[in-house]
Formats: sequence, C-alpha cells, structure tokens
Amino acid sequence: MSALIETAGLTRILPATVPVTLVQDVTLSIGAGEFVAITGPSGSGKSSLLYLLGLLDRPSAGALRIAGRDTAGLSEDERAQIRLATLGFVFQFHFLLPEFTVRENVEIPMRRLGRLGAGAMRERSTQLLEALGLADHLDKRPEQLSGGQRQRVAVARSLANDPPLVLADEPTGSLDSKNSEQVFAILDALVRERGKTVVAVTHDSGMAARASRRIHLVDGRQAEA
Amino acid sequence: MRLILALALTHIMGRGRQTLVAVLGVALGVGFSIAMASLMQGGEDDFVAKLVDTMPHVDITDERRAARRQPAQDEFQVLHIAGLRPREDRRGILNPTEATAMLRAWVPGRMALSLKTQGVVRYAGRDVGIAIIGIEPEAERQVSSLAKDFRQGSFASLIAGGNNIVVGDRLAQRLGAELGTTVTVVSATGQSRAFKIVGLFHTGTTARDEGESYVLLKNAQILSERPNAINEIRLKLDDPNAAPQVARRAEAQLGYKAVAWQEANESLLEALVIRNVIMYTVVGAILLVAGFGIFNIISTITHEKARDIAILKSLGFTQADMRRLFLLEGLALGAGGSLIGWAIGFGLCFALSLVRFELSGASVAQEITRLPLAWSFWHYLIAAGLALTSAGIAGYLPARQAARLNPVDIIRGAT
Repeated sequence: MSALIETAGLTRILPATVPVTLVQDVTLSIGAGEFVAITGPSGSGKSSLLYLLGLLDRPSAGALRIAGRDTAGLSEDERAQIRLATLGFVFQFHFLLPEFTVRENVEIPMRRLGRLGAGAMRERSTQLLEALGLADHLDKRPEQLSGGQRQRVAVARSLANDPPLVLADEPTGSLDSKNSEQVFAILDALVRERGKTVVAVTHDSGMAARASRRIHLVDGRQAEA
Repeated sequence: MRLILALALTHIMGRGRQTLVAVLGVALGVGFSIAMASLMQGGEDDFVAKLVDTMPHVDITDERRAARRQPAQDEFQVLHIAGLRPREDRRGILNPTEATAMLRAWVPGRMALSLKTQGVVRYAGRDVGIAIIGIEPEAERQVSSLAKDFRQGSFASLIAGGNNIVVGDRLAQRLGAELGTTVTVVSATGQSRAFKIVGLFHTGTTARDEGESYVLLKNAQILSERPNAINEIRLKLDDPNAAPQVARRAEAQLGYKAVAWQEANESLLEALVIRNVIMYTVVGAILLVAGFGIFNIISTITHEKARDIAILKSLGFTQADMRRLFLLEGLALGAGGSLIGWAIGFGLCFALSLVRFELSGASVAQEITRLPLAWSFWHYLIAAGLALTSAGIAGYLPARQAARLNPVDIIRGAT
C-alpha cells in the first residue's frame, strides 16, 4: 500500500508581530484506503493541517508529498491542478454556488477539468447524485434543499473528478445527528466500497471512533489521544 | 472557457439593477460618441466636399515657384543676387496647346483653360472693378461648380452671337443691371468693349458674386491684348485625393506652379485634424467615465462573491481563471453597453438626420438644409473599441485583486 499523503515536520506559522503557530512539526503518512479522523480541541490546528494537506495553504516549513509528488516547488497553477484532479473537498458548510442547480454544481469541477464530454458529465453527475439519494433534486437550487441534502451535494461535488483523496473539514459540524450519521455513512462507504482515502476533521468523538485511524492534535502538535 | 463565461454571466445577472446602470452608462457613452462622431465627420465631409466642389482640384498657373537660376550663377561664384522674383510671364503659359496635350495624355479627369485678367465694368455711370475670366463654356461646365449656381442663363449662353458676359447677381444689383443689359467692360490695358449680360449666377460667396465675370476665352484675350494666351489650367480629377500627386507630376512636367486643393487649404485641413483630436479626446473621456461604473459593479461583485471565489479556487480553479472570470464580466458589460449604444447611436443619428434648418440671410433666398451626417461603420467600431478597452481595464483591476484572494481566509472566516 503506497502512501497517498506523506508529511515530514510540517509546520505552519502565521507571520505577525507575535507569530501564531497553527501546525507544528507534524509527520504522518496516510495510505490509500484509510479513513483518517483528525481530532483535537478547538484551535488545535485541525483545520489548518487539513488546508495544508489540501494545498489550500503553504507550509512555513516541512515537506508534503501527495500521491508521491513533492509539493514544495509547485506553482499555484500546478497546485490548483492537483486540487482539481486528485483532491475532493467537503467543508463544514456546503459551499455550493447558489445560482446554479444541484447538477450544475456537481458538474463545475468536471467542466473545469474538461476530460468528459457534455453527455458523459451529465451521466456521471446523475449517477453520483442518485447514489447519494438526491435523484429527485437534480434541477433544484441549493437553497431549496435541507442542510443534510446540501451537504450530500457537496460530497457528490467532491467526487466529481473521481479523486483518490477526499478531505472533509467538519463535514457534519452543522448537521443534526440523523444527517450527521447519514453523511458519515457515505464517507465510510467511500472508503470501504470504492477504495477512496478520506481525511476528516471532526470533534465528534463518535465519528472519530469509527474511523480506521485517528490523528489527535493539541496546540498544533500530534499527541496521543 | 465556456464554464467561466457561464459563471461570469450568472454573477452579472445576479445584480440586475446595478448591471443595468453600468450597461446604460456605457451605452449612452457609446451612443453619444457615435452621434457626435457622425456629426463631426459629416460636417467635415460636407465642408471638404463643398471645398473640393467649388475649387479646381489642381490649379496650374503661369507662375513659377522659385526664381529661375540666373546665368551669372553658373558663370561666377555668386553669393547672393538681390531682388530675384519668380517670373510672371505676360505671355501666360507658354505653348498652351502642347502643354494641354501633354496633360491630357495622363491626367485622370477633366481640364479647362482660362485667361484671368482684371478690368472695370461700367454701367449707368458706375465703375466696378472685376475679375474677367475668359473660358471655353463646354470645358468650363465640366470643371467649375459655377454651372450649378446659375440663376439665369448658363455658360452656354456665352456662345450665341456677339459679345456676351456672365456676371454675379450681386454685381448686377450693384450696377442696377439685369439680364439683357449691355454694359461696358474696360480692361487693364485700356481696351473697351460692350458686353451683353446673358447669365447671372449666385454662389453664396459675396466676393465671387460681386467680383467675377465670365466671357469667352477669345474675348478675354482680345481685352487683355494677349492673343492665344492662357494663364490658368484647372483640373477636376476623378479622385480628388489624388490631387497632390497629379499636381507634383504636372509641375515637374510643365515647370509651372501647380497647386493641389489640399495645399491651397492646408491650414483649414489642419484645423479639421485638430477638431478630430479634440472630438476623440472627449469621446474617450465619456467612455472612461462609463468605465468607472463598470469598475464599481465588478468591485462589488468580487467582494460579494468572495466566498464563491474561495470555493472555486479550492475546487481547483487557478488565479488566471479568476482573473479571466472578472475580466470577462467587465467585457460582457462593455459589450452589452456597446450593443445598446449602437442602437442609441443609430437612433440619435436618425433623429438628427430629420432635423431641418431654414437658413435665411439678407438678399439670400431661403435655403433649407439638413444636418450633415456621416454614416460610417468606423464610428461604431471605434466607439465600441474604446468602450471595451475601458471596460476591460475596469474589469481587470478588481479581477487581479480577486485572483490573489486566499481561499483559506474566507473558508476560515465562514466556519
């Protein structure tokens, strides 16, 4: 099993008059097919670590390899390309584009990547949304959906380009327990049935317990749970 | 790219009223620019057309441009000869038959020969100084715009019998003469002859209406005692713009001074260029102001859609994509404005073309004139081009800012 994510001494310090350390010296390796939960108290740097792993932020020090590729010297455009094809994001809030329909939202990353024709994209978005129980809502706008439904659309969007790695930032943070359970089950199924790797930030201990592995952070450092 | 366009249009449509204001700003700018350009160009064309129409395109006279090289200059080391003047030959253009034949061989257009001399017309105890121009009626008709300005009679009337003369209506008025009156014409050489007025013209230019008269070339030659002489060849070209080249060639060939209408009106044409510069400066300023409206709306959109920008970037859109997105929004507003502006400009031009003026002056009969308007595709293109440039700049500035936005800042702020 090859490592999908490898970090060595990953550190992120916000430069300021009093520098703020967000993530300090994190070294980890995440292989394909793992469901990793990043846990820790508020302000422990969970999300910051996830943003670093997702190439949304650049580390101040340390190395990060994604799918075997060193990310240190990559340009903004190359990082964007990796985000587009290799990574899928799910945030705490759905972050769908309000002016577009559910289906269009899911198709946006596909259209940007441009690998599929219009027909194939339609087929794929339909398939993804149906698999997440949204078959009746393809042409609705995000505001017509419930919170749980929106979050499922966001999951479908993160899978649009079939990335091996899905990064989730408190995906159930704004949902009730029933919807949380549903979204969690979907992420879990991605790992079990489709061989995806999921890295999820959560402070839901129940969810964390069911992950295949936990990374606990305290004050930006790895700690024993 | 189509995806970016779709995103851009969604953003713009999301702000209906503001979009409308920005687009209308551009549209009015473009519309008025077109109308203004059309009027200015029309005025210029009209002016130049009148100029070109009334003047010969190339005027060859019996003068030379510079004094002739003196034999002394060849023989001795002469430093300076005082008082040299270009020669004015009393004999007029030498060997006119050969000269005209040479010109006729290559000049694309029509040609008229004339002899211009000074004289006095005397009638009922009044003497009025006039220019006497000897012409060949048939050739003159083809070259001179005067043929259109006859109130009574025509150039052709000169031919029929006896000594005939055609004068301006104001001259006739001053003399108290009218069609059919016989007047006495005294030339500078003292020759005196009786002429019958067979035609009256009115050009609208007082100097001509009061001071010009036309007789047959042969009569002018007799009056000035210069048999067979002519002192002016006037050319009317098929293409007035070719006048400078024709003039240069004619001058090289004949040695006489040949003046193209452009040269004769240099300062006027320069003034027109300056007028155009001023016009396009004003047009540019109008569209620059319209650009601010676009800048405003796109700045607002980039602020309002900061979250969308963060999402798109996290999904894998590049900075260049984001720049393109907002630049495209600016250009879309500019393009929309230009299209509506074209319609407004066309409408304004049409409305202006319906405006009629009644010009009336003392002793001038009423004239009804329309505004001179030039319809040119270029005006539309230039106005739209300026609008798009201004819109592009107005879109690019906020676009650059939006592209630099760090998605983490927004996502963190939202969660």
